[in-house]
Amino acid sequence: MLAHAIFFYFFSFVAIISAIMVTASKNTVHSVFFLILDFISISCLFIMIGAEFLGMIMLIVYVGAVAVLFLFVVMMLNVAQQKNQWFKSSETSTHIPVGLIVSLIIFFELIIVIGGWKYKPDIIKNFSDSLISNSTNTHTIGSVLYTEYIHLFQISGMILLVAMIGAIVLTFRKREGVKRQNYFSQISREKNQGVELVEVKSNEGVKIDV
Amino acid sequence: MEKVILLFSEVYKILYVLIPLLVSVAMIVWLDRRIWAFVQKRRGPNVVGPFGLFQTLADALKYIFKEIIIPASSNKIIFILAPIVTMTLALIAWAVIPFSEDYVLADINVGILYIFAVSSLGVYGIIMGGWASNSKYPFLGSIRSAAQMVSYEVSIGVIIINVLLCVGSLNLSDIVLAQEKIWFVIPLFPMFVIFFISSLAETNRPPFDLPEAEAELVAGYQTEYSGMMYAMFWLGEYANILLMCALGSILFLGGWLAPMDIPLFDMVPPPAWLILKILFLFILFALIKAIVPRYRYDQLMRLGWKVFLPFSLIWVVLTSGYLLYFDLLPVY
Repeated sequence: MLAHAIFFYFFSFVAIISAIMVTASKNTVHSVFFLILDFISISCLFIMIGAEFLGMIMLIVYVGAVAVLFLFVVMMLNVAQQKNQWFKSSETSTHIPVGLIVSLIIFFELIIVIGGWKYKPDIIKNFSDSLISNSTNTHTIGSVLYTEYIHLFQISGMILLVAMIGAIVLTFRKREGVKRQNYFSQISREKNQGVELVEVKSNEGVKIDV
Repeated sequence: MEKVILLFSEVYKILYVLIPLLVSVAMIVWLDRRIWAFVQKRRGPNVVGPFGLFQTLADALKYIFKEIIIPASSNKIIFILAPIVTMTLALIAWAVIPFSEDYVLADINVGILYIFAVSSLGVYGIIMGGWASNSKYPFLGSIRSAAQMVSYEVSIGVIIINVLLCVGSLNLSDIVLAQEKIWFVIPLFPMFVIFFISSLAETNRPPFDLPEAEAELVAGYQTEYSGMMYAMFWLGEYANILLMCALGSILFLGGWLAPMDIPLFDMVPPPAWLILKILFLFILFALIKAIVPRYRYDQLMRLGWKVFLPFSLIWVVLTSGYLLYFDLLPVY
């Protein structure tokens, strides 16, 4: 049990420190790396409480895919190192008050949600039922997610789909003069279409249309 | 006292997997170069030791004694961390590989997810190395490689779902035991082919070695690395290749199971079967390196997103429909 406690405090300590460092570090790429460290330590915490499936999915989805895209964006935009301190705003910048308002709203929303939150009594019963039977938590999640919560599951899938289509529509633009490769037309090209024999008259040359 | 003994026995078990793995990585590099040379009618490394077997050892010695150069404008911490991350991730994935029914370091319930997660973390070693070098070629190489690995992970994930539908468990030992009647390579043959090609792309092997295409990018993300740090990248890369071969043989070729249940095959110890299958897949990897030209980058992306992903998704529907119709779904 001692080892369990040591690991728990280690991972939570790393999670909190790296979460602070995400906002405090001056280099944006370092922030993203701290965010990744945060994700990893939180997924370790998930594994420690026995939610191995959630922990692994957290690693695969957040660290393996989402954070890579974060890194891409930060590296591609080449955000310069912040010269001023993070808590002091310069005269021209207006992002601090907006950020404060947004974070305050989120903070109060969280307080409201957590204040009125209760465990649904029958959920606890179901949960302990599945703990008694020796099925793994992957099976347990699957048996609940695709039966009782199928509508919520599908709605979240639809929301993600709409978001994806929106992102594609926003960034999609038709460019003129792009040469695309068409495998079918390449393969189905015959010899008489590709090669042409021309008799060139001296001093006149030949006109080739490309 | 008991806990100390337990600790030592665990360390012993880990070394029992790790040291053969590192030795076999060295041997596999030699094998790779020999096969490559064999296809091109060259000799390959044949001077150091019998058949040149100790060539990799000599190379490793050379790397150890070389100076480690850290570029002045690089981001030093991340620059040093990158090869460490690559090699660590390549080695820790071996913890869940079952060599036989009772010879596995960690027999966890979500073994296949663990391997998938660790291999998707492998991108970070490359991105970190490319970014921290603070130089054009490494950065371009790492961006290419990250995009490539993320895209091919998607199709590998969908292929794994195909196998999991037939097994009904995420445990690697269960996956192997489910193939006692028939190896999954026979009913899911197209998935095996796609898995093999995707694992070529996932490990940045030719014909998908765009990240280190030497004609365009010098050596990609490894350009600024020297000495032991370069050797660590290289060890991690080959350990990853072996891992993908092991994953392929566990998912499709029946892991430690013998091909047929006859007494002669039963005399061979089960880990030997797994090693033989890994070797078979690796020889295919090496042959493909020698005979296939490099893909262009847009062709690579097209293949991943427009060909492999829809095809493997359709196979998920087909497999689940088949299993449902004939009432073969594994029920727990």
